[in-house]
Amino acid sequence: MPDLPPPIDDRLLRIDADGSVTLLAARDRGDGRLVFPAPGDADAERFEAVTLPRTGRLWSWTVQRFRPKSPPYAGPEAFEPYAVGYVALGDTIIVEGRLTGAPLDAFAIDMAMQLVAEPFALASGDLRTTFAFAPAAEARR
Amino acid sequence: MSDVCIIGAGIHPFGRTPARTGLQQGVFAVRQALRRAGLEWSDIQFAYGGSDSAGNADTMVSELGLTGLQFINVANGCATGGSAMFGAYSTIKSGEFDLGIAVGFDKHPRGAFDPKPAEWGLPDWYGETGLMLTTQFFAMKIQRYMAMHGITAGTLAAVAEKAFANGTLAEHAWRRERVDLEAILAAPMVSDPLTKFMFCSPAEGAVALLFASEAKARALGLPAVRLRAAAVRSRPPGSFEVFAPALTMERGVSPTVIASQAAYEMAGVGPGDIHVAQLQDTESGAEIMHMAENGFCADGEQEAWIAEGRTRRGGQLPVNTDGGCLACGEPIGASGLRQVYENYVQLTGQAGARQVPGDPRIGYSHVYGAPGVSAVAIVERA
Repeated sequence: MPDLPPPIDDRLLRIDADGSVTLLAARDRGDGRLVFPAPGDADAERFEAVTLPRTGRLWSWTVQRFRPKSPPYAGPEAFEPYAVGYVALGDTIIVEGRLTGAPLDAFAIDMAMQLVAEPFALASGDLRTTFAFAPAAEARR
Repeated sequence: MSDVCIIGAGIHPFGRTPARTGLQQGVFAVRQALRRAGLEWSDIQFAYGGSDSAGNADTMVSELGLTGLQFINVANGCATGGSAMFGAYSTIKSGEFDLGIAVGFDKHPRGAFDPKPAEWGLPDWYGETGLMLTTQFFAMKIQRYMAMHGITAGTLAAVAEKAFANGTLAEHAWRRERVDLEAILAAPMVSDPLTKFMFCSPAEGAVALLFASEAKARALGLPAVRLRAAAVRSRPPGSFEVFAPALTMERGVSPTVIASQAAYEMAGVGPGDIHVAQLQDTESGAEIMHMAENGFCADGEQEAWIAEGRTRRGGQLPVNTDGGCLACGEPIGASGLRQVYENYVQLTGQAGARQVPGDPRIGYSHVYGAPGVSAVAIVERA
């Protein structure tokens, strides 16, 4: 397994030894509320560090067909449309992310999805690792 | 406590006016409202005004006259116009003053809005990786709604087709040419399931409304509508909003639902009493969802409503009679006041070629925007 590029944000995800990624979240000790992304100034007395489930169901989706404005978009000038969606991870939280692993018109609500590492090219050409959701192995025919 | 009336209105055409700044468009709208009402700027006792990205409203006194009036700037995102109106409403109702103005204007650059993550309390990666776009939110909200409630792409197209048809009859609209259903459906997709013709664009424009107490309105003898309700509400738990990296599993209602309920309660009327409605149509799916969120129909009934033409100008509940944001574009600070302008001209019989038939008496207007704010107003012919 080749080494993945560094995370786009250390507080967003962790790269594991087997080349998979894990999403980092926080749980408010007071009311049990799950917070993603974890608050930047996570105060350890209030928030407990937790990780999110890796599989879920597609809650909604769309396709980004035009290049977003920079800033804030940090990708290269050359643009390829990409799919975006919300995935309900078990019964914990619904997370927004890029969708990958299928043609842009192949996504459908309620599809089984899994978390995957996604390389992201910055305009400078440097690579970072972010996350995406792909159709789960069981959903592939 | 006085009843509050709108006794005059002015509008600067929406769209693009390279020769005028946003502020100059605001001044244009104020002057038009005053001229139509036969009033002078020196008659105006107070003003509320604002824009999202075109400057401070109160600087327009240097154009309009240094009368020393109380001028309060309003900055409340997509509800800037609604908030200016709420300020005018409360000021008259309290008895503090009896004649004032609310003005909203804007001028945005071309293309989608480009928000900065830090200004929304979000980490940089969210914007960097291309997730921070309002267009994605609107697309995903209607995508799920269509799947849950059986709304079809043809219905999305029918909403846009109606908007452009209505826009041809509105002098202040930006897009004034009809676009047929096939062209709307065949146009390039912007964010699935929404094509280019189903999204409004950031634009320019300005609206000014004159507010008076009931007694003042009677003394002036101008065509008037009574403001029966003005409610601005922020988001309740579990609402689905723009720029949300994650949502709770337990979903809740939108700020529109609570603003709407508050407005009906204030006005003492229900959805069935409304004769004409202006609903936030950032994209055509928004108009469809907002029909239900504002109580006009149950989820899913829009499919039949729109197929039967019930929201067209001659229908049971005409919606967005000047073409809404789809035909007028969306200058944030002016958009909500444009809706009230349209209800004012419809209810006072001044809407010309786009006049809603059947002597409409009660009008409803609804704004929705980031980061989860909604403003609803109900007006009745005085």
